[in-house]
Amino acid sequence: MTPQEIFDALKSQFGDVIIDLTENVDTWIRVKPGSIADVCVFLHDDEAMKFESLMCLSGVDYEEHLSVVYHLSSSSHRHRITLKVEVPRDDPHVPTVEHLWLVANWHEREAYDMFGIVFDGHSDLRRILCPDDWEGHPLRKDYQVQEFYRGIKVEV
Amino acid sequence: MRIEGQFNDNVIVTSLDYFINWARLSALWPMTFGLACCAIEMMATGASRYDWDRFGMIPRASPRQSDLMIVAGTVTLKMASRVKKLYDQMAEPRYVIAMGCCATSGGPYWQHGYHVLKGVDRVIPVDVYVPGCPPRPESLLEGVMNLQEKIRHQTIAKVG
Repeated sequence: MTPQEIFDALKSQFGDVIIDLTENVDTWIRVKPGSIADVCVFLHDDEAMKFESLMCLSGVDYEEHLSVVYHLSSSSHRHRITLKVEVPRDDPHVPTVEHLWLVANWHEREAYDMFGIVFDGHSDLRRILCPDDWEGHPLRKDYQVQEFYRGIKVEV
Repeated sequence: MRIEGQFNDNVIVTSLDYFINWARLSALWPMTFGLACCAIEMMATGASRYDWDRFGMIPRASPRQSDLMIVAGTVTLKMASRVKKLYDQMAEPRYVIAMGCCATSGGPYWQHGYHVLKGVDRVIPVDVYVPGCPPRPESLLEGVMNLQEKIRHQTIAKVG
């Protein structure tokens, strides 16, 4: 299926939850954050969709809001699509898709570690790269690094 | 009773310092401890082409059996407390070589690497710094020889 066909199918299935389609190298569909898990269930299970693989889940900081980007791929239908959700900076919450693609476990932990995006329903939402007692989320644009970590000076 | 002629050629007269230092510098057992790409060069130094066995260096898998810690690579802040703990577990006398720019000063992570310790000498004392990114095996061997030279001039007498 082409991205436009996928978009039309999602639009007829979910309506207002699907916001728009942007043509690009990786054409993406914007989805409202609260419904991303339901949309993913459809994309994963529907016979015409069959997205077996979550290739990448990443966080992005666009300064006015944060985003989570899902790159999905189907090897049986040989099509792919990108989904984006936008969440507010001060209280970012997204439902987890871990129950669909197990790989999302670590990817969501990374997005949580680096951007502070909370994935509701995640089985083990801990930091994955930084130490557990680290302060802040390093890939946010307004990140200020802490002065000391366990008594060790962090910056020069 | 006279001792001349009793021992043939088996008596060597030397100072205790010289003898102990000779023993120490001839069997520097390093801990197998690679943190990043420098570890590849360290392994090459240990392999047959450069062969640090010539210096009596046999890698040990435990800090308790090691004399030398070669900090080979980037020390993250997460790793720093582990490096300190491993250093504390080594028996004295113990020596440290900071291998490469990362272990020396943070290297390429000097300015924007929020997660990198800016030189391992912030948590443990360092005897020899080996520059390079990563240093070639010749550099590391030069560093080891410098450390041997340092040990050669130590004394077991208490100073001061």
